[in-house]
Amino acid sequence: MNQANLDTARLRERRRLMLRIRAFEEAAIRAADNKLVLGAIHPSVGQEAVAAGVCAPLRKDDLLLSTHRGHGHTLAKGADARAMMRELFGREGGNCGGKGGSMHIADFDVGMLGANGVVGANINIAAGAAHAIKLRGGDQITVCIFGDGAVNRGPFLEGLNWAAAFKLPVLFVCEDNGYASTTKSSAVTGGGDLCARAEALGVPTESVDGNDVMAVEETALRLGAAIRAGTGPRFFHARTYRLLGHTSVDPAKYRPDGEADGKWADDPIQRAADLLTSAGVSEAELTADANAAETEMQAAYDDAAGAPWPSVRSAYDDVQDVGAVPAPQGL
Amino acid sequence: MPALTYREAGRQAVIAEMRLDQSVWCLGEDLGRGGVFGQYAGLEAEFGTDRICSAPISEAAIMGAAVGAAMAGARPIVEMRFADFALCAVDELVNQAAKARYMFGGQSKVPLTVREPMGMWRSSAAQHSQSLEAWYAHIPGLVVAAPATAQDNYTLLRSSIRIDDPVVYMEHKHLWDFEGEVDEGAADFEYGPEQFGKAHVMQEGDACTIVAWSAQVHVAMEAAKTLAADGVHVEVINLRTLWPWDEAAVARSIAKTGRLIVTHEAVGVGGFGGEIVATMAEKHFDKLQRPPLRLTAPRIPISYAPGLENQVRVTADQLVAGVMQLR
Repeated sequence: MNQANLDTARLRERRRLMLRIRAFEEAAIRAADNKLVLGAIHPSVGQEAVAAGVCAPLRKDDLLLSTHRGHGHTLAKGADARAMMRELFGREGGNCGGKGGSMHIADFDVGMLGANGVVGANINIAAGAAHAIKLRGGDQITVCIFGDGAVNRGPFLEGLNWAAAFKLPVLFVCEDNGYASTTKSSAVTGGGDLCARAEALGVPTESVDGNDVMAVEETALRLGAAIRAGTGPRFFHARTYRLLGHTSVDPAKYRPDGEADGKWADDPIQRAADLLTSAGVSEAELTADANAAETEMQAAYDDAAGAPWPSVRSAYDDVQDVGAVPAPQGL
Repeated sequence: MPALTYREAGRQAVIAEMRLDQSVWCLGEDLGRGGVFGQYAGLEAEFGTDRICSAPISEAAIMGAAVGAAMAGARPIVEMRFADFALCAVDELVNQAAKARYMFGGQSKVPLTVREPMGMWRSSAAQHSQSLEAWYAHIPGLVVAAPATAQDNYTLLRSSIRIDDPVVYMEHKHLWDFEGEVDEGAADFEYGPEQFGKAHVMQEGDACTIVAWSAQVHVAMEAAKTLAADGVHVEVINLRTLWPWDEAAVARSIAKTGRLIVTHEAVGVGGFGGEIVATMAEKHFDKLQRPPLRLTAPRIPISYAPGLENQVRVTADQLVAGVMQLR
């Protein structure tokens, strides 16, 4: 294959992944509407290019720390969709045995060390995971994804400073969707330029269109290679947009009329499709890819809906080794 | 057996474990110069600046980095300098370290020893003197240790480094120079889970049970000595760890004495003494011949001026009076 064909094949692969993320979250939203997913879920619809471009090219032994909006990152790192859907449903066979749900999804087997329910809390943890890699002398990297809201929390300063001071192998990715929960970030962020904050802490930066999956991937690979070569952390500002609300039940009425409608034209999946069409991929092939993602995630939905609840006794498992309280008699 | 200070016992414990296990990693402020209290003196020279990591003044990053490193295979020893400063890192300790194993369904443990020097120490006032052990005992997932003697500090610190749980390890600042015999030759199997929830009876007696931990054990011993001169023999229990705590040892003792005093340097309201008294009242009421008594600090912050600072101390005289009140 020539370069153009290779690029087309890879773009199609990444679009498939974005379609899988979208289909997973749409299935999860349906399940929430049907009272099958019980807790809050935070969809990343519109932001899939960041997950696909950053996480898919990582090595399996690279480490990833994610956020409450982390389904896409987790899938892209290689986690099993069925186990993830079971976790969202709180069922046996979920990645966390039904103890974590959407906001604490983790799959250590693929190096995904956890989503986090506390904004910005993953930044220091990622710095530490990278520190452990450095102490061991490994060549893995750690990727830490957080939103634009996290740059206003203390861990952003402490964690980036830490990584810079100790020259740690960590890629900080700010997935900037414009909203900190339900507040426009620009209204509550001093200085405006997020890269300037990271630069001030000694972390080199790049800012890219986060809805252009191949640009995201190219940047992530280049920054990742520099980090892997031992040159310390990087900050990657990926500009994107959250097409839905903060949670699946948030109608996002706080946004100016028409803002989201306009942004649908910039949907990263559609943009990838347009590029593929102009590269000669047929409509039938594009539709087949979309259908395959839908089918896979509907099967994950059906599997989770039919899965048993975890044993109630397991509520007492995995608290601690020393000083664990026993399950009540007869449970 | 050599006599070591409480400080030196802690230092030797860290050295022993670092020599045995390459994954043990110390991080905290000013460790390069030996730590604020000299408890890391000379460690940088032996283990290097990678393993003895002098950190920026970033408590949240110190604790958070330790959590991440623990999940990635290290066994961090976190130095918080003063227990009060650990409050800058409560999210990292309570929401992250204590919960990660559970909320990820057992995919990872968080082997972490968090040293939090606590307690009153020569006019250090409200932000350098607190005893907050009860807060941590309240949190599922955490282990809480409060050593009283040099031997406790050696044994419990080695054991904390070895177990796979996050341990809040609260040394008392007033005890750094206290000397005691330390058996460093104990076989390896003696350091580990079995050291937790195991109280030591410091002095046997039948008149009253006094339960204490950390520096307050020494106050209780002073009271015991005064009382013994008058022919009143109290039993002093050094709890050593608060979670888990040795319920059986306390129950055994009150079966003999029929009387219970719990004393701690921390504020009484919501303090761990309440947990001990309530547990004995619920499960061992029949063993108590008198109402149990808590002798603890009033609910006021700790002052700078000695006369004011002394208002939060529970003295040996107060313990003597308490014992006499229960006779």
